[in-house]
Amino acid sequence: MQPCCLAAYDLACRRGDRLLFKGVGFELAGGEALHLAGPNGIGKSSLMRILAGLLRPYAGHVEHDGTLALADERPALDPHRPLGEALAFWRAIDRAGEARADFGLEDLLDVPVRFLSTGQRKRAALARLAASGARIWLLDEPLNGLDAHWGASTQAAIEAHRALGGIAVIASHQPLQLQKLRTLSLLEHLP
Amino acid sequence: MRALWTIFRRDLTLLLFGAPGRGGALLPLLFFLAVAMLYPFAVGPDAKLLARTGAGVIWVAALLAAILPLDRLVEPDLEAGFFDQWALRGIAEEGVLSLRILAHWLSFGVPLMLAAPLSAGLLNLDGAQLWTVEVGLLLGTPGLAAIGVTIAALTAGLRAGAALGGLLAIPLAVPLLIFGAGSLQPGGESGLLLLAASSLAALAIAPFAAGGAIRAGRE
Repeated sequence: MQPCCLAAYDLACRRGDRLLFKGVGFELAGGEALHLAGPNGIGKSSLMRILAGLLRPYAGHVEHDGTLALADERPALDPHRPLGEALAFWRAIDRAGEARADFGLEDLLDVPVRFLSTGQRKRAALARLAASGARIWLLDEPLNGLDAHWGASTQAAIEAHRALGGIAVIASHQPLQLQKLRTLSLLEHLP
Repeated sequence: MRALWTIFRRDLTLLLFGAPGRGGALLPLLFFLAVAMLYPFAVGPDAKLLARTGAGVIWVAALLAAILPLDRLVEPDLEAGFFDQWALRGIAEEGVLSLRILAHWLSFGVPLMLAAPLSAGLLNLDGAQLWTVEVGLLLGTPGLAAIGVTIAALTAGLRAGAALGGLLAIPLAVPLLIFGAGSLQPGGESGLLLLAASSLAALAIAPFAAGGAIRAGRE
C-alpha cells in the first residue's frame, strides 16, 4: 500500500458571520486515527468538509497525499434503486475491487434504499466508503444510528483499514474504542 | 472517462424512465401534446387561423415542457450528496453537468421532435411548416436543455426553487422562442441561424455557470 498523509495547518472556519473555530492543526501519517470531539454545532462537520476539500477554510490550509473518501449524513445512494445496484454504481466509478468489510448487507442487496432503516443506511454509506479503496477515511458521526454490534464492527473495520496503513478521521460525540487514538477537541479552539 | 460514462448512463435512465418523486420523459411529452390538443378547442376550428398560429403554439408548448422537469434535474442529486462524492473523486462538475445537458436533451428534446408531427396534425400545419418546426426544434431544444440545467443548478437547494426556476428560465429562453417561432414567418428562414447561434451560446456557457453554481452552493 502506498503511504498516505493528511495534515491541517492553523485552520479557521467561518459560517455566516460567526467564527466557529480557529487554530486547528494536526498531522496524520499512515495508520493513525484522529477523533474530532465536541458538542453539536461546534463545527465538526464543517471541519470534515474542509478536510475533504468541499469547503474553503477561512484561514489555514490542508495538505493530503492519498485518495479521500467521505461518509457523512448523506449516503449518495439512489433511494429508489435496490441497494446492490446503488452500491454497484459507485463501484463502477471507483473500480477498486471488492471491499474487505461488507457491514452485513448481503441480505439487503435487493431492497430499495428508501426502505432501509437509519442504521442500515449508515452501514450502506460505510460500505460505499470502504469499497472506494480510498486511503484516507473521513467519517462524520459513523456510529449514529448503529446498534452496539454494528458500532463495534464499524470500529473493527476502521482498525483493519489502519492496519493496512490507512488514515481515519472520525467526528463523533460518542466515545470510540480505537487503539492509539488521537483526540482533537474543538472546544479548545473556540475563537 | 469511464466514470463519466457510468454517470451519464444513470442520468439518462433516471431522466427517461423517472423514479418515484422524479417523474420521467413522459410528463413533458404529454404536456406538449395536451397544449396542441387544447388550443383548437380554445380558438375554434378555423383551419386558416390554426395553420397561421399553430407553429408558434408548438414553440410555446416546447418551452413550457422544458421547464416541467427543472426541479429534478439537479436538486435530488445535490440533496443526496452525489455532487460532493463526485467532487471528492476529482470528477469536475462541468463534466457531469455537460453530460446531464445531453441526457436532459435526449429525454425531452428528442421526444418533442418525435411528437411534433402529431401536434402539427392537430394544429393543421402543412408539410413545409412541419419541416421548419422540426429543424427549429433540433436547433433550439439543446439550448433549452442547457438553460434548464443551468437554472436547475442555480436554484437547487433553495426553498421554492422549482417555482423560482420556472420564472428565471422563461426570460432566458425568450430569444430561442422568438427565433424559433420567427423562422416560421414568411421570409423568416434566417431565424434558424439565429436560433442555432443562441443555442450554441447557451450550450457554451451552461456547464461553467451550472458548475460554478454548485460549487458556490457548498459555501
